[in-house]
Amino acid sequence: MAEPWEDEVEGPVKKFMFVNRKAPYGTIYALESLEVVLITAAFDQDVSLVFSDDGVYQIKKGQNTDGIGMKNFSPTYRALEGYDIEKLYVDKESLEERGLTEDDLLVEVEVMSRAQIADLMDEQDVVMSF
Amino acid sequence: MAMLHTVNKSPFERNTLNTCLDMAKSGASVLLIEDGVFGALKNTSASDKVSKAMEGITFYVLGPDLAARGMTEDQVIDGIKVIDYDGFVDLTTEHDNFQAWL
Repeated sequence: MAEPWEDEVEGPVKKFMFVNRKAPYGTIYALESLEVVLITAAFDQDVSLVFSDDGVYQIKKGQNTDGIGMKNFSPTYRALEGYDIEKLYVDKESLEERGLTEDDLLVEVEVMSRAQIADLMDEQDVVMSF
Repeated sequence: MAMLHTVNKSPFERNTLNTCLDMAKSGASVLLIEDGVFGALKNTSASDKVSKAMEGITFYVLGPDLAARGMTEDQVIDGIKVIDYDGFVDLTTEHDNFQAWL
């Protein structure tokens, strides 16, 4: 018999947006955001991720943490697709400021202007900032 | 008296590197570590200030922190030396004093 907590819970699907603005490894924000994103996806919510400012460094290709004794969690961004998280948006201005292009990123994203991101942000039920 | 400065914050998020460069004297060394390594990269909005400061200051960047963030040596501004943890220890012994900007 299924335990009560295993029952499918019918509930409203809300639009969640996670705004990632910090570089990975220097602080815990990037990893914590990823944890909450996965939890939200487990509840079948509508999830989108924004990477702006130093947050764009979270999805930079070629991360190798062997030398600093920390877990490289960047491959997890590539696995998000398997959790039906496919709305990844990157702020164009933040990339340019850092001399980065879409080719430097390890996952498929949509590069957007700040005005476009603002419109998407406006449509959300919940916005979480990391 | 030569001072070793370390900067561990991204120049895009804090003004630490800016203040450090304004206060570092000619002959000093600046070592970029942790999120500070983003200040060592070419073609960013912070690159010019660092390049200018290189006239009087010797710059170093910690290689393991660069690699963790997916950056390679060829993305580093020419003239900034990439060092490892042993090199970090050497720098601390070679300088008279030390300022860790937080």
